[in-house]
Amino acid sequence: MQQDFYIKDWVKIKDGKISNSKSEIFNSSEKNLDFFLKSVYDFLELKYPKFHKMDGLSKLGILGTEILFRENSISTDTALILSNNASSLETDRQFQESTKTFASPALFVYTLPNIVLGEISIKFKLQSENAFFIAESFNAEFLKNYSESLLTSGKSSEVLCGWLNLQNGEYDVFLCLISSEINISFSEECLKNLYFAEND
Amino acid sequence: MINLQTELKESIIEQLNLEDMEPADIGNDEPLFGDGLGLDSIDALELIVLLEKDYGIKLTDPAQSREIFVSINRMAEFIEANRTK
Repeated sequence: MQQDFYIKDWVKIKDGKISNSKSEIFNSSEKNLDFFLKSVYDFLELKYPKFHKMDGLSKLGILGTEILFRENSISTDTALILSNNASSLETDRQFQESTKTFASPALFVYTLPNIVLGEISIKFKLQSENAFFIAESFNAEFLKNYSESLLTSGKSSEVLCGWLNLQNGEYDVFLCLISSEINISFSEECLKNLYFAEND
Repeated sequence: MINLQTELKESIIEQLNLEDMEPADIGNDEPLFGDGLGLDSIDALELIVLLEKDYGIKLTDPAQSREIFVSINRMAEFIEANRTK
């Protein structure tokens, strides 16, 4: 018998706005990425000094998952399946710039997009499957199929999947928590509708 | 030496992104790693870069860093004895 899965909750971070399945939870006119990320950190009253050492992509991942996981208790086998089209380019460029004088080890460690998966796993003590894919654009079909294969195979009881992109200071984050709890249907159409709702 | 210690604390806070920390929060003899400031291995590499960038000291033996990055006082002593700028 085929098992059905559902979008338990979601979060979007884009253009200074943060919203989840219930409502808009944060809105800022701050254009500077670093200041914006710090204002969200303060808004959430996070106490996680390591956050300040992270690159922008990891900070966005931590903030997005913090919002989702505060509202929804998760198990340690919650898989992380993320994607974007800019990889870690923002940090790659910063690191390349630093090599003109003194190459920064702290920047170098973030010159891979999957580092954010490690940061999320450490913060939330996850011991689970994870993968970060580079795609031209948000690919609902791929995320649905990959997540479902993890859930149906029993490798994970829940999956956090979505899009986490940062380029030239512009961020586009859409993360979904998928589980067997009845809620929004985990279909390609629903994923697209949620992602493109305000992205057109 | 006192000025160098304060200068070091300010540089460490800035270089290692120790947000919400002030120089006064770091004791001169407080351990920088482990139970003290809680710095990690990447921070140690950043400190090696800091020594070269700000004081012209190039560490050739990585094991040396373990003896130097014990505390602010130990770092200041080492810098005073070896700085080229």
